[in-house]
Formats: sequence, C-alpha cells, structure tokens
Amino acid sequence: MKNENLYNYILGVADNSMILGQRLGELCGHGPSLETDIACTNVSLDLFGQVRSYFQYAAEIAGEEKTEDDIAFLRREREYRNVLLVEQPNTDFAYTIVRQFLFDVYHLLFLEQMQNSEDETLAAIAKKSIKEVSYHERFSTDWVKRLGDGTEESQQRIQKAVNNLWTYTDELFHQTESDKVMVATGVAVDVTTLKDAYYAKVNSVLEIATIEVPESKWFQKGGKNGVHTEHLGFLLADMQYMQRTYPGMEW
Amino acid sequence: MTIITPIIDEQLYPILEQVSDPEIPVLSILEMGVVRLAQLIDGVVKVTITPTYSGCPAMDVIGDDIKSILKENGYESTIKLVLSPAWTTDWITEKGRKALLDYGIAPPLGAEADKDVLLGNKKLVGCPQCGSTNTKMVSQFGSTACKAFFQCEDCLEPFDYFKCLK
Repeated sequence: MKNENLYNYILGVADNSMILGQRLGELCGHGPSLETDIACTNVSLDLFGQVRSYFQYAAEIAGEEKTEDDIAFLRREREYRNVLLVEQPNTDFAYTIVRQFLFDVYHLLFLEQMQNSEDETLAAIAKKSIKEVSYHERFSTDWVKRLGDGTEESQQRIQKAVNNLWTYTDELFHQTESDKVMVATGVAVDVTTLKDAYYAKVNSVLEIATIEVPESKWFQKGGKNGVHTEHLGFLLADMQYMQRTYPGMEW
Repeated sequence: MTIITPIIDEQLYPILEQVSDPEIPVLSILEMGVVRLAQLIDGVVKVTITPTYSGCPAMDVIGDDIKSILKENGYESTIKLVLSPAWTTDWITEKGRKALLDYGIAPPLGAEADKDVLLGNKKLVGCPQCGSTNTKMVSQFGSTACKAFFQCEDCLEPFDYFKCLK
C-alpha cells in the first residue's frame, strides 16, 4: 500500500473513538438514569460520526475497493490500534465517567493540535470534531466533580475507578513507528508534547473533586501495537457479529 | 477558500426549500445552512452539503431526499459531503430560528451565553411555550445530537434547546 504509514496513523486515531463509542453504545437503554443514558449515547454517536470520516479517508488511501465497513468490522483483534483505556468495560457509572474524562481531556488537546495538520482532510475532521468533543469534556468533567465531591459512596467509587484506570493513561502519549514518521512530515500530532498539559488539567479537576491522584509510576501499554487486554475480544465479538454472520449486509 | 455564504442557483431555491431535516421537519435545509452549494453545471446539479454534527444520522436521508426531489423536477444531481468549513449554528437563518421557536425548540444563543446556560450559571434560554427565561437545564444532551434538554420552571413544560455550535 502506498502511504501505509498514513493509513496506520489514521487507524490509530480512529480506533480510540470507535472502541469508546462502542463501549458507550452498550449503555443504550441501560444508563443509570434517562438523561445520562441519552448523554452517553449522544457522545457515542458523535464519536461514530467522527470515525466514519476517518475510515472513509483510510479506505480511500487503502484502495482495492476497501470500504469504511471493512475497516470497522473485518479486522482481527491484533489489528486494532486503540489505547487500552478505551476498551475497559463499563464496570459501574463511576468507571464509565472516569474513563470518559481521562480520554476527553486527551482528545481535546489532541484535536486542538490536529487542526494544524499538514493533511487537509485530517485538519478538517479535527475542526469539525473539536466542537463536539468540547461538549463531551464538559459533561465528563462535571460528573467527575459531582460524584467525587458527592456522597461517601460516590466519592469512594470515583477514587477506585481513578486508581484502576490511571495505569492506562501514560499510553496516550506513546508513539508507534508510523506515528513518528507522520510527525516528521507534519501530518501527525506529536502526542509526547501533550503530556504535561494533560496531567495538569486532569490533576486540577481531581483536586476539585476531592480525589487523590495515584502515585504509581507503573503504566500499562500495548494497545497501540495491537496487544490488548482481554476485554477487547469480547467487545469485538459483539460488534462484528452481524458483518461476520451476514457478510456485506447493509443497514 | 472558505465559503461562508452558500452559492445556490436561483431556480433551485424553490425546489431545495422543500427538503427538510427529517428530525426537525419545520426547518428546510436551506434555512438550516446545510446546503453550501447548488449549481447547475452541464445539465447536472452539483450539490454540496455539510453535516451539523459528525454523527448526524439525518445526512444520508437528506442526501437521498435532495436527489429524489431534483429528479422529480427533471434534474440529475451529484451530492458531495464536505466537513470544511465546519457547520455552525450561525448559519441558521432568521426565518429558521423563528420556525424552530414556533415548533417548540429554543433556538441557539451566542457562544458565551450558550456556555453560561449549559454550565447552569445563567438563565437565558426562553421557554418556547410561555416565553419565560426562568428555565433550567436538565441535561446537556437531548433527543438528538444538536440539542440539550431543558425545563421551564414557570409553566413546567420540558423542551429542547438547540445548542450553539461555533
């Protein structure tokens, strides 16, 4: 494939949104209240919309009559490049919200930079998405504060979710080989430069939420190179079932 | 170049005006600002549309509706979806804003005011039923991606507020 690095790069970016979108979609009809149910699925819808733009572009680059659906539904687990954070399950609402918050803060910083990409299509997707993601970030930030600085139980659940999900945050700032090549050409965002701003923002919100920032310096990684936690396989089985059983079916 | 004012051939106006967003049937796609370009070139109408939100499921339907109504009027057409420049609620026309309000959806405020109401700092959104601004936000996300959910504290009616997107 010509432009293989660009193709890999786009998938790396898009897979985060798709897997998180799928996780949030699981809450459809199962959210803790009607409003949060609708909010989570709205965020999911925004993410899927953004993913379609990325995958349509990736399909164009791949050629050979590949479609956005092939990319979304017909890859194997090891071919997904999302970070481990977004595939973690909806253990309880605190987990869902903390996972969302830890991703949204990153996502917003990332899109701010991607607006300046040398690649016009990626810059356009970023300019479109950033408007939506600023709503997501506001939503998850509000809930982290509300539940963290809430009742004894909600505080304890948020603290537990932060403690358990913290280990997946550092991976957001890792680069694959393709990422490095694309950074050099001015197409990709150099995620290593986002780290300080990210932790500054996250820590300031956690402080308001009366949540302690974990001190562990040991972090999980692997997703960006296709090595995932056990949760992804189950998610994909659910997500890909229809296309695998009825190949080529359309909505 | 950034096209802010849409370019639409005069004879196509009355045709395209009949197409509406299936989720907000009172608002034509022209009033919504979704059509950025519609020109008859060599016997084919070239239409460019832009989504309100990335995941807006109405876009496919809108594209199909444009094609079929143009066909009824004797035009072949091609539809192109563009993301840039990104749609903003500023592109909803005055007529469109009034149509929204009459339909029971509070039209978008300016960016600053929008932030204030969605953070619950100020009460600025007018109730489409009774006009009172004594309203509260129930949820930042409403029945569709473009709306937030509100309630009037005077007449108690729940309603949708079209979020500002800039």
